Amino acid sequence: MSGTATAVRTPVVEVDGLHHHYGSREALAGISLEISRGEIFGLLGPNGGGKTTLFKILSTLMPATGGIVRVFGHDLVREPDAIRRHLGVVFQRPSLDSKLTVMENLQHHGHLYGLRGTALHTRAEALLERLDLGERAHDRVETLSGGLQRRVELAKALVHRPDLLLLDEPSTGLDPGARRDFTTYLGQLREQDGVTVVLTTHILDEAERCDRVGILHRGKLVALGTPDDLKGRLGGDVVVVQSVNPQQLQVKLRERFGCEPVLVDGSLRVERPRGHEFVREIVDAFPGEVQSVTFGKPTLEDVFIHLTGRRLWGEEANGGAAA
Amino acid sequence: MRGLVLPVMTLCWREVVRFRRQRSRLVGAFVQPLVFWLLLGGGLRASFQPPGTPPGTSYVEYVYPGIIAMVLLFTAIFSTISVVEDRREGFLQGVLVAPIARSSIVLGQALGGTTLAVVQGILFLVLAPAAGLSLTVSSVLSVVPVMFLVSFGLTSLGLVIAWRLDSTQGFHAIMNLILLPMWVLSGAFFPTTGVPAWLGWTMQLNPLTYGMAALRRCLYLGNPTAAGAVPGMASALGITLVFCILAFVAAADAARRSAA
Repeated sequence: MSGTATAVRTPVVEVDGLHHHYGSREALAGISLEISRGEIFGLLGPNGGGKTTLFKILSTLMPATGGIVRVFGHDLVREPDAIRRHLGVVFQRPSLDSKLTVMENLQHHGHLYGLRGTALHTRAEALLERLDLGERAHDRVETLSGGLQRRVELAKALVHRPDLLLLDEPSTGLDPGARRDFTTYLGQLREQDGVTVVLTTHILDEAERCDRVGILHRGKLVALGTPDDLKGRLGGDVVVVQSVNPQQLQVKLRERFGCEPVLVDGSLRVERPRGHEFVREIVDAFPGEVQSVTFGKPTLEDVFIHLTGRRLWGEEANGGAAA
Repeated sequence: MRGLVLPVMTLCWREVVRFRRQRSRLVGAFVQPLVFWLLLGGGLRASFQPPGTPPGTSYVEYVYPGIIAMVLLFTAIFSTISVVEDRREGFLQGVLVAPIARSSIVLGQALGGTTLAVVQGILFLVLAPAAGLSLTVSSVLSVVPVMFLVSFGLTSLGLVIAWRLDSTQGFHAIMNLILLPMWVLSGAFFPTTGVPAWLGWTMQLNPLTYGMAALRRCLYLGNPTAAGAVPGMASALGITLVFCILAFVAAADAARRSAA
């Protein structure tokens, strides 16, 4: 009894003080986090934030230059093969052989994990059915559309029944509909097979649907929690103001309302409870200077802006946060 | 042990399937040596009678075992280029995260290239009568394992290079700089006898010289003098075997050092 209790409590992934350097460039600057069994965990951040480096380390492709990573209790450096057996990986770049058929790709993959014969074939067929790929089983991968190829990638990563699924930017090249299907399917995997999912993403939508999110910026984990928890840390609603002269309005807003507007990509952002009332107050106070005002519940991007002063994609904030 | 065989076989099988589905590779590895043979054999027939070649041997016949070595070399090389492509196109990532040793991956790749090379080498044996060579059953039976050894060594050598490179351009450069000269200086093209001393030394240091000698000795199994002045069977096989092992160990090492 106590044995199973311990097994449940043992985190699937433990990362402690993880560092990584490419030459003198520091890609990961001390990351620590734990991921529990059955969780869908998202690593959110801009390109170059350290997501891909962390992904490569977790998928055993690259040893880190410092720190400890344990997966299923096994040390990543000393026992990579014990980990690899339980690991399913979907890479950002395609990893299918385009000259082989869909089924051949799955079989080849199964053989690498010691599966064979009818058992393997049945498993592969069932996966293809489940992912709605049954009819394309005997087509060469090069004849499939990009979206279908992504689905084959997922099927391939699942052939050997992994307990931990790592996905690097899984929805690259998927339209929003296909992206939703993909997320739904990940949810099913967690419910039915108890699979733990770790994915990297720069798409807010995808991050919002994770159980927990870690936000990576310049090699540091700047936030860690459930999406609601992270958004709740902001001061209520987010009000965004467009103006002909945002710098000037920034000063005026600060003087008038005692708030701290942040200038990001030419628009002013204010975190404020009861945002709808604030919208009216702004328009009343500076009718000539406001082009448009929008307000909304904070998104994870707002969390990111709040923490780093810049958008997930795009330009650095122009000084607002520091002022 | 069983856990090792399956991944190795599947990697090897994939190389063969890919080859079958890429027609242009067949042309590169088979038709090209054939054209070489016709051009060299026909063109140099009259003028080429180097010392050391047994009297009565035409140049077409002399260069025929050399062309077989070329078939093996080209096939082996082209299949190792696919390692560079696998990395560039991403296929290798999926293999590298599987619970198999890098040396098994390399073994699968090497056996894949070797299989392709040997099959084409056997196809080329059919042309022996055109070279004026009548093959006995025993020489065919002995030359096939030798082709296997030579191909395995060459494929492994190709893999040592391929695992260190990330572009096919780089591979072509190295091929022209190392692998092609290896072939030219192996006794495939001209014998060791009658070349300047420095060239003779180079040829004796070239591992392919011994593979080439083993091929000649097997093709002329019942008639050793017709094989010409090449190293004896024992040293030819011994050195070829050592070359195979060293090249494979170096390839496995290159694979271990290679990050994704």
